[in-house]
Amino acid sequence: MITTLYVRGRRLLRRVMTRPRIDLPLASGLLLLLAVGLVTLYSAGDGGFSLVGGQAMRFALGGVLLLLASRIPPAVLRSWTPWLYAISTALLVLVALLGEGRGADRWLNLGVMRFQPSELLKLTVPMMVAWYLHPRQLPPRWKDIAMVGLLIAVPAGLIAKQPDLGTALLVIAGGVFALFLSGMAWWRMGLMLAAMVGMIPVGWHFLHQYQRDRVLTLLNPESDPLGNGWHIIQSKIAVGSGGIFGKGWQHSSQSRLDFLPEHTTDFIFAVFSEEFGLLGVVALIALYAFIIGRCLWIAMEARETYSRLLAGAIGMSFFVYVFVNGGMIAGMLPVVGVPLPLISYGGTSAVSLLTGFGVLMSIHAHRKMHD
Amino acid sequence: MRRRRSIKDNRDESALFRRRALAGFLLIVLGLCGLVGRFFFLQVLHHQEFVTRSQNNRVKPRALPPARGLIYDRNGVVLAENVPAFRLEVVPEQVKHMSAMLARLSRIVPLTRDDLDTFKKQVKQSRRFESIPLKLHLTEDEIDRFAVNRWRFPGVDVVPYLTRRYPLGGLFAHVVGYVGRIDADDLKRLDPVRYQGTSHVGRTGLERSYEDLLHGTPGYELIEVNADGRTQRVLETHPPTPGKNLYLSIDVRLQKAAEKAFDGRPGAAVAIDPRNGQVLAMVSVPTFNPNLFVNGISQVDYNALIDNPDKPLFNRALRGAYPPGSTVKPLLGLGGLVEGFRTPQDTVLSTGVFYLPGHKRGYRDDVRGGVGIVDLVQAIEMSVNTYFYKLAMDMGIDRLSQWMGQFGFGRPTGIDLVGEASGVLPSRAWKAAHSRQPWYPGETVIAGIGQGYWAVTPIQLAHAIATLAGHGVPYAPRLVMATQAGQDAPRKPLPNPPSGPSLIHNAADWDTINKGMEMVIYGAKGTGHGLAAGFPYLIAGKSGTAERFSRTTNAYNNDKNSAYLASRHRAWFVAYAPADHPQIAVAAILEAGAWGAQDAGPIVRKILNAWLAAHGGVIPGAGRIPSSAASAVGIPPIDAVPGATPAAGATGATR
Repeated sequence: MITTLYVRGRRLLRRVMTRPRIDLPLASGLLLLLAVGLVTLYSAGDGGFSLVGGQAMRFALGGVLLLLASRIPPAVLRSWTPWLYAISTALLVLVALLGEGRGADRWLNLGVMRFQPSELLKLTVPMMVAWYLHPRQLPPRWKDIAMVGLLIAVPAGLIAKQPDLGTALLVIAGGVFALFLSGMAWWRMGLMLAAMVGMIPVGWHFLHQYQRDRVLTLLNPESDPLGNGWHIIQSKIAVGSGGIFGKGWQHSSQSRLDFLPEHTTDFIFAVFSEEFGLLGVVALIALYAFIIGRCLWIAMEARETYSRLLAGAIGMSFFVYVFVNGGMIAGMLPVVGVPLPLISYGGTSAVSLLTGFGVLMSIHAHRKMHD
Repeated sequence: MRRRRSIKDNRDESALFRRRALAGFLLIVLGLCGLVGRFFFLQVLHHQEFVTRSQNNRVKPRALPPARGLIYDRNGVVLAENVPAFRLEVVPEQVKHMSAMLARLSRIVPLTRDDLDTFKKQVKQSRRFESIPLKLHLTEDEIDRFAVNRWRFPGVDVVPYLTRRYPLGGLFAHVVGYVGRIDADDLKRLDPVRYQGTSHVGRTGLERSYEDLLHGTPGYELIEVNADGRTQRVLETHPPTPGKNLYLSIDVRLQKAAEKAFDGRPGAAVAIDPRNGQVLAMVSVPTFNPNLFVNGISQVDYNALIDNPDKPLFNRALRGAYPPGSTVKPLLGLGGLVEGFRTPQDTVLSTGVFYLPGHKRGYRDDVRGGVGIVDLVQAIEMSVNTYFYKLAMDMGIDRLSQWMGQFGFGRPTGIDLVGEASGVLPSRAWKAAHSRQPWYPGETVIAGIGQGYWAVTPIQLAHAIATLAGHGVPYAPRLVMATQAGQDAPRKPLPNPPSGPSLIHNAADWDTINKGMEMVIYGAKGTGHGLAAGFPYLIAGKSGTAERFSRTTNAYNNDKNSAYLASRHRAWFVAYAPADHPQIAVAAILEAGAWGAQDAGPIVRKILNAWLAAHGGVIPGAGRIPSSAASAVGIPPIDAVPGATPAAGATGATR
C-alpha cells in the first residue's frame, strides 16, 4: 500500500519535474503585468525598494507555485478536487472558530506565517463546480443548478460572514462563471438575475453597518470626510487630474502628499491613472483583456468539460477583479476590498492568482491537438 | 439544443462552450469598455475640474476627539473629571526611520513595552499624516528633557490633552471604575472613526458600562497643509460633541459613611431606594486608587494590589457571593404566607434540635434547648431555625427556589454594571447541573436558613430586601439616575420601570413580616435589639450569621472567642427604614464578623444615620417615634449592643 503510493508519488513527481508546460502568450502577458505592477508600486510606495522587494519575493513564490501547478495534469487535479474543496472549506470553518485579524477574522495563524484560507476558495470553488458539472448532461438543469448554487453558497457565506465582502464576491464570481460557461440556458439566468434583484432589500438587511455606509457614501461622498467618503473623493481627484497623458511616473501628487489612502494596496490603480493618464489606463485594461481572452482561448482548446469550465472560470473571474477595483477607484462602485490583480501590494492574492494561472498552463499543455 | 440526450455528447458540448466563451468575452469587453468610458469621463471630460481640485488639494481633515462626559453624585459632587495633561505624539510620515527614532527617544523619555506595542498597532491602522499618541501623562521632568532635545526628533511633539481624574480616589473605585489607555485589543472592537484621536476607553465600572454615552462624537477640523504636508492653518472647525454627563443616585455622604463604618475590614454594603431601585450607596472594602490605572499602572503598584490578601481589586458588592444565612428568613416567611403554607397564627415548637423523620442527623437551633412555642413574628424576631426548617420542608425545594427566585437570587440583578456574579439559588436544577448526586431532603432543610448551596452577592441581597421593603415590587438596581448633554443642559432622568409585578397580593402578609423585622430591632429578645437606639424612625431589620464551613457533628461548640468565630462566620445585617414608609433598604456583610447583628448591624445603623443626616433629620411621609417612647422600650445605647445578643453557648448559628 505504502510502496504503491510511493511509486505513484515518484511517477507524478517525475512528470511534474520534467515537462515544461508554458503557454508563451499567456506567460508574456503575465510577465508584462508583473513588471507594470512593480514599477507602479515603486512610485506609489514613495520610491522605496522595501515594498517592491517584498512584492517581488511574493511574485517569485507565486511563480514557483505557477510552475508546480502547471505540471499537475488536469485529470489528476480533477480527482483531487473534492478533497481540496472540502479541506479549504474546513479551514474556513476553522477560521470562523479561532481566527484572528483586525476587525475581521480572516486569518489563520500558522506560527510562521499568517494565512488567509478564503484565498484558496477562489480556486477551489470553480474547481468544485467544474468537477460537479463534468460528468453531467449539459446544459445543466434546475437540479444541477441548485446543487452548484449550494457548493458556491456555503463557502461564500462563510467568507461574507468574516466579513470579507470582496473575496466573497470573487468566490461567487468564479463559481457562477463556471455555471455560465457550462451553457446554463439564458432564460434560466434571466430568471435567477431577476430573483437576485428582488433579494436586494433582504440582502441590505444582512449587511454590516460599515458595508452599508460604504454604499451610502458612494451616493454622497461629502457627507463623510473622516471615513470612506474621503477615499472616494481623493481617488476621483487622482484619476481625473491625470488627464489623457498623466503626470508622469513618480509624479502622483495625490499619493505623494498622502491624500490618497491605501495607495499601495486597494487604491494603487488611482496612482497609476494619475501618473499614466487615460492612455496608460487603456493600455493596462487592454493587457488585462488580452490575458482574459487568452485564458478563454485555452479553455476552448481544452479536451474535456472539467478543464474547459475551470480555465474559463479562472479567466473570467480575473475580469471581476479589474472591474470591481477600477469601478471603486473611479467612484462608480462602493469601496470593497478587491485588489487590482498583480499590481496591488499584498501577498496572498498575487500568490493565489499566479497559482490559478499555473492550472491554466497545465490545461493548455493537455489541450486537444486538432479540432 | 434542449433535446434530451442519453449520453454526454462532447462535440455538442464543446460547441456550446465555444459559443458561451465568445459571449462571455464579449460581455467582458463591454464591461471593460464601460470602465474605460468612466475613466474617459473623469480624465478627459472633467479633467480641468479635477486638476484644479488637485492643485487646491491642500486641505486635510483632522479628527477632534470629544471630551468625555463627567460623572457626578446625586447632588452634583464631581466623581470623575477631565484635567489637562501632556502626551507625546508622533506623525509617522515625518519620521524617516521609526525604530531608530524610538530607540533614541526612549533614552530621553522612558517608553514601556505597552506604549510601543499600542503605538505600532495604531500606526498601522491610521493614515500616515495622523498624529498618534506614544506616551501619555508626561511628568514635568520628561517634558523638560524632551523640550531640550526636541530638535532631534522631527515629527514628535508634546501635545496637551484631557486625562481622567477621580478626585475622591478609592471611594468610588468599585462603582465608577476607571478608564484605561486604548490598547491593541480595544482597537479591534472600537469604531475607528468614532475613536480617532481618543486615547482612553472605559475599563471597569460605570466608565465601562456607560462608555457609549460618556464617549461622545468626534468633530474634525479642516487644516491647510503645504507641499510637504505640514500644517499651515485651520480653515474650518466642526467641534466635537462631548459625551453625556452622568448623575448617580448615590449620595457621597452615605458612601463615605458606609466606607468609614467598615474601618478597613473586608466587606461590602449596598443601600437601595425601594421605591425606584436607585442605589444610594455601594461600597466594597478594601478599595484602591483608580487614578493609578488611568495612564498605565506601574508594575510595583499593581503587584501591591494583587498581592494584598484582602484583594482590594475584587468588587465584593458586585461579585462576592456569600451564604446569606438567616437574612433569607423574612423572605421565606413571606413565601409561606403568600403561598398558603402558613398563617401568622401557626406555631412551631422549638426544642433545640430538629430531626427529619427517620434521620439521625439533627438540625440545631441557636439556643440550646430551644425557645419553646413561637409564631412567625417571634420566629423572625429570635431567628428560630426550627420554624424555617419546617417551613422549608413543607414548601419543598421546588416551590422554595421558585419563590426565592422571584427576589432575584441566582441570577444577575440587572444593575447597570458589567460583571455581576449570579450567586447560587439552591434548586434541583442547579444541583443536577453541578453534581451527580440527587437532591437530599436535608438540603431543603438547611436551604430554609440560607445555608447549604446558597450564595448571594450583597447587591442581590440589597435588591431582595428593597423588593420586600417596597411591598413586593421589584426594580432592577440603578446607579445612574440621570444624564445631561452639556454643562448647562437640564438633567434627563433615566426611567426605571418595575422589572415585574408585585409579589404580594395581600397587604396583611407584608404587615406580618414587617412586624417580625421590627421586633428584631425593638423586641426584648430580638437579635438586633438596641440597634435603633435614638433613631427617630422605625427600622425593620434582620441579622444573618452564615457559616463558612459545614459542621461535622451535632455538638454545640462552646468556644466563644470572637476572633475564632470571626474566622468561621460571615456577618450579615439587612434593614429598611422607615418601616411604615420604606425609603431605604440596606444590606451589609462583614467578611470576618462573628455575629450578624453585633458586627454588621452597626455598619447598617451608621449608613442609616448618614441617610437621615443627608435628609436633614426629617423623612417626609413617615411617622416619627417620640424620643420618650424610644427610651420607654428600654433600648440601650448602641455601644452597649454586645450584651443584647443572646450569644451564650450558641455557635453554628444562622441568627
